[in-house]
Amino acid sequence: MHEMGIAMEILDIVQDSIPADMAGVRVRRVNLKVGRLSAVVPDSLRFCFQVAADKTAAAGAELAIEEIDVTARCGDCLHEWTIDTPDFVCPACNSGRTEMLSGRELEIVSIEIADEEDGTHADPR
Amino acid sequence: MLTPDKTLRHRHHQEGPQGPHPHKRHETAVERRPSGTREIKVVRRVLDANDTMAARNRELFAAKKIFVLNMMSSPGSGKTTILEKSLAQLMPGLRCAVIVGDICTTQDADRLAASAAPVVQINTDEFGGDCHLAAHVIEKALGGIDLDAVDLLIVENIGNLVCPAEFDIGEDKRVVVLSVTEGEDKPAKYPLMFRACDALLLNKIDLLPYLDYDTALALRSIDQIHPGMPVFQLSAKSGEGLEPWLAWLREQVESKKGGGA
Repeated sequence: MHEMGIAMEILDIVQDSIPADMAGVRVRRVNLKVGRLSAVVPDSLRFCFQVAADKTAAAGAELAIEEIDVTARCGDCLHEWTIDTPDFVCPACNSGRTEMLSGRELEIVSIEIADEEDGTHADPR
Repeated sequence: MLTPDKTLRHRHHQEGPQGPHPHKRHETAVERRPSGTREIKVVRRVLDANDTMAARNRELFAAKKIFVLNMMSSPGSGKTTILEKSLAQLMPGLRCAVIVGDICTTQDADRLAASAAPVVQINTDEFGGDCHLAAHVIEKALGGIDLDAVDLLIVENIGNLVCPAEFDIGEDKRVVVLSVTEGEDKPAKYPLMFRACDALLLNKIDLLPYLDYDTALALRSIDQIHPGMPVFQLSAKSGEGLEPWLAWLREQVESKKGGGA
């Protein structure tokens, strides 16, 4: 529901991450990690990012989303498992002392920009 | 580092002496990739700006020893009625203030104004019709409240079981209200919200005789998603069950006053 706001935050961070001596480069790809327990719908986020990035250094850039499984560790028996149903109780010992290991990520990992040399040849027109 | 309700929340912002933007390119790692692109490592949480602002709010609340409760639910679960009834019991013993968020109208603030607590209505219309209250919106609303005269600040979030769970506003605790008319399946359908909250208010129990609601089933589902989370069964309308919830809330406020929590 708030994917447009998230897309704009991503765009801000992307623009902020381009080093000053690389001003003017075009961003080809933004690598993002999104946990499956985060309140973000990847398809919707890709669409919003495409709209938000128009006429910026990231125009046309691909938003590459790596979805991260929800994993947990039991605070009692230390069993680690992947959660794929809405049940956070330890399947090994039934404890409720569940510690989340992953699944709520919403992080930009890196951005990829075209190499200057290759960039000039990338578009044959 | 990861706790069930604060997952990754403060990862980048532990005591940053650098101020609000500690990340600005101090270590630009650029890697040339065989595909003909250069990769710039970023590793930043997308909600960084919100988290920074939330941390600032949290510091302010700590300095003023104000306990802040973020109250969330779907629309129509009874948040405002719970607040009306709760404020009537809590005040004047506790000095309360309320920030209430809606996309539009001031109807909730108008209802709560009768409580004599300072009430600030936020309409997210101004902020693009947002589906949640973000930390900067809370900061702006704080300007309308005398924080030196407040022990308990309750934020009534926008009615929505999805987005508010993702946004830290600097609160101490989060509660979710679930009304029995919403069905038993909501916790399983919106697990993030029910994981992210510290307590649950099961409201409108006065309607149970007229519904096919299976309370035991709902409680089992809640316990699977967030084992051990306190659940207060109550009816804001009849007043039944309000007292244990208010006792919990008073305890939280006292603990914050005492320098704990």
